[in-house]
Amino acid sequence: MLARLFPHPLLSLVIVAVWVLLANGPAASSLAMGLLLGLVLPLLTRPFWPERPRVRAPLTVIEYGLIVLFDICVANLQVAYLILFRRPESLRSRFVVVPLDTRVPEAIVTLAGTITMTPGTVSCDVSADGRALLVHALDVDDPDRLVATIKGRYERRLVEIFG
Amino acid sequence: MIQAALVIGFASVGVATLFCLLRLVKGPDAVDRVLALDTLVTNAVALIMLLGIAQATAIHFEAALLIAMMGFVGTVAFCKFMLRGDVIE
Amino acid sequence: MNGSLALIGEALVALLILLGSFFMLVGSFGLLRLPTLMQRLHAPTKATTLGVGGILIASMLYFLFTTGRLSIHELLITLFLFLTAPVSAYMLAKAHLHRSRAEPTLPNTGRPAGWATFDPQAEAADPEEGLRPQGTSSHARQP
Repeated sequence: MLARLFPHPLLSLVIVAVWVLLANGPAASSLAMGLLLGLVLPLLTRPFWPERPRVRAPLTVIEYGLIVLFDICVANLQVAYLILFRRPESLRSRFVVVPLDTRVPEAIVTLAGTITMTPGTVSCDVSADGRALLVHALDVDDPDRLVATIKGRYERRLVEIFG
Repeated sequence: MIQAALVIGFASVGVATLFCLLRLVKGPDAVDRVLALDTLVTNAVALIMLLGIAQATAIHFEAALLIAMMGFVGTVAFCKFMLRGDVIE
Repeated sequence: MNGSLALIGEALVALLILLGSFFMLVGSFGLLRLPTLMQRLHAPTKATTLGVGGILIASMLYFLFTTGRLSIHELLITLFLFLTAPVSAYMLAKAHLHRSRAEPTLPNTGRPAGWATFDPQAEAADPEEGLRPQGTSSHARQP
């Protein structure tokens, strides 16, 4: 019964949260409207969401979020330094290939987004079979270490989260 | 104190907008110009929020949100057009 | 007591405004200064996003200190920009690779398949087909 009413509990939760944010405060009226939308929208758009992404380790999600937030701040300082104080010709920019262990689409998307937001790297393309990411690094001296950092710091946790 | 910070903030975001415009005019390739437009939109959002602080009103919030959304949709549509020669296939 | 608290709050807001606009400036400066497009892509995606984030948090704190009510809807823009910046960077990179016909200059995938932008099969096929194991995709029937 509950699973029929809420085919996507996470999506419903996100809709309620966004509505409360839009209304700028958890007043009773906006909460009620958000709950109504969170109930109706997933039911109406159900054919577009055939599968439900599984989140296995909710605690790891928080840990991952904090790590990414910290890395975004570090990334900004690093990129700002590279832009302001390095001669553009001396930047060692190059493409790096990151082989993927995970096959879960949600994990790959999150990893690609994280790579773009964190130090000196932008993810550019995925291989046609979805097993490798093409990453452009702004300034790198040791590509292998960069790949090891991406895999150890981000992909390992994403595998824990999405399986 | 906030007033002084706002003046500096307005000035530097304005200069940033000028840099984007230069890249928009210069940009050797169409992708450069789309990138400059995308950054211009982000600058516009920052300017609107600064204006909201300066006038102590939250009335500009929806405009900033809508401009951010339109900027994202526009960038993706431009890229899709350059990739496929069509936006909706 | 209230006076010193207001002073700290004011200083914090001013600091965040300065920090945010500084990063906006750096991001756009990088857009102008760096020589190649792939390098230019780095500047706005990172610096500009944090710049806007700083200004939005400053606005949040400012309304908290002046009206005493927590104004949370700025978080929505911050979140939206953080989610969309990687997507537009990815699309721009793909468009650039496609337009400059960069395939020979790219490193090998290390897989039998090529990069998705240049693989004719990848565009034609269902993008989920290669990723999902077959048979598990249960398209929801109307009840």
